[in-house]
Amino acid sequence: MIEITLTDWQILLVKLLIILIVVPVGALVGGYVLHKEMAHMQHRLGPMYAGGWHGWAQTLADGIKFAYKEDIIPASADKRVFSLAPAVIFVPVLLLYLVIPIDQNLIVEDLDVGLFFLLAIGSVGSIGVLMAGWSSANKYALIGALRSAGQLIAYELPIVLSAAAIAMLAGTLSLVGIVEAQDWPYIVWPPGIGLALFLLFLAGAMAEMALPPFDMPVAESELITGPFTEYTGMRFIFGFFFAETAHMIAFAAIGTTLFLGGYKPIVPWEPLEVIPGVLWFFVKTSFMVFLLLWVRFSFPRLREDQLQKFAWKALIPLSLVLILATGAWILYGP
Amino acid sequence: MADTYLQVIFWAFFALMAIAGIRVVTTRNVIHAALYLVATLLGAASMYVLLYAEFVAWVQVLVYVGAVVVLMLFGLMLTRAPIGSANFDNNQRLVGAVCAGLLFAVTSFIMVGAFEGQEIDFTGTEGTKVQSIGEAIFSIYVLPFEIVSVLLLAALVGAVVISRRDEGRVDS
Repeated sequence: MIEITLTDWQILLVKLLIILIVVPVGALVGGYVLHKEMAHMQHRLGPMYAGGWHGWAQTLADGIKFAYKEDIIPASADKRVFSLAPAVIFVPVLLLYLVIPIDQNLIVEDLDVGLFFLLAIGSVGSIGVLMAGWSSANKYALIGALRSAGQLIAYELPIVLSAAAIAMLAGTLSLVGIVEAQDWPYIVWPPGIGLALFLLFLAGAMAEMALPPFDMPVAESELITGPFTEYTGMRFIFGFFFAETAHMIAFAAIGTTLFLGGYKPIVPWEPLEVIPGVLWFFVKTSFMVFLLLWVRFSFPRLREDQLQKFAWKALIPLSLVLILATGAWILYGP
Repeated sequence: MADTYLQVIFWAFFALMAIAGIRVVTTRNVIHAALYLVATLLGAASMYVLLYAEFVAWVQVLVYVGAVVVLMLFGLMLTRAPIGSANFDNNQRLVGAVCAGLLFAVTSFIMVGAFEGQEIDFTGTEGTKVQSIGEAIFSIYVLPFEIVSVLLLAALVGAVVISRRDEGRVDS
């Protein structure tokens, strides 16, 4: 790493630029898919006019609208913390994309501790949420931020433990290594344990991102928009909408990498190997996004105490049992 | 050339850590203090990266930034954390200074003693692999590891016992 030539720097710079372009564009497309899927699952049409075909330009128009809004900072707010919070939420989400392998060699940095990097960086955003909630000088925002932090503390454990089980099975923390270690049929292997780990990861991911049915921090009927109540304009877009959508896509990509065999073909069949890994990765990640949205639009919101109970009394014991089961499988399995 | 880059990066993060560390104790807002602490801890993590201890760096981020400071902020916001400045000072500056000075002296004495004369080879190394850390923990250092585990478990159970006691009294 130390003998960095200028070309290495340039390659890194280009990769970072690509991330900086692809992630917001992906978030825009994700936002459109979100609106459309929500509408169709609720027997509505969703946006239909902007841009012509099925209202494809709606999220773009929304973005432009938000860009022209006045950037209001409440008089009694802590101005510096208030302005900084959306960046503290958004930047860690961008950093998640640095270690996700799109193809075997298509990755910004294949870190030796890639999986651990994801978990560590993923936990930083909650500081941004707490900053946003506290600095707004609004009790709804503060309650939302506290719920968000409590939720993160509770659901960090199932995610970390299911990721730990995956690392045990793969014998490495490098994400490329984890994909390479997975054999067909990815998700249902080892039998029972794989699927249970996947569901555990999904539940933890949805709670960490505060997606419905775990969206108590932004429960609009009780808390308006939780920590983001006082935000408008671009700060709202980056701290809330972009961060949420980009986070969702990132978790879909992480789920693909950890459980669905990443950039590998769906079935190990010779003719399918011709299709580039990027495409497989894209298809699988899209499926994961669809799945996350499907759950999101199908279940009503839980209550805050039910959420905590679910984490501490069901998911965390289950994840500990699964770690034991994984260890037993590695030792005594075939 | 890479060496100069590293020097610049090192001094930049050093300045960040120093300024943020001073602000932690001089700021008049308790939440600001916690946020400056985040900057200091991230600076420490970057130091670990510069020393090729990548794993330790991310442990620092996950445990201290992602968990300890989040819990601190959570606790502060749940109790008393007004916006604006408040006077949290008390008359124990001398005790604090003595304790901090002693801690610094003891830690630096131990560190210098433990690593005396050792230099990190900065040419072409890949840094410590996680695998070797894991192997060391579960073979050479397995006893300290287990003792720490039991200690943490005891602390956990103790915390639950202490926090539940009041509830029992209310019931009876």
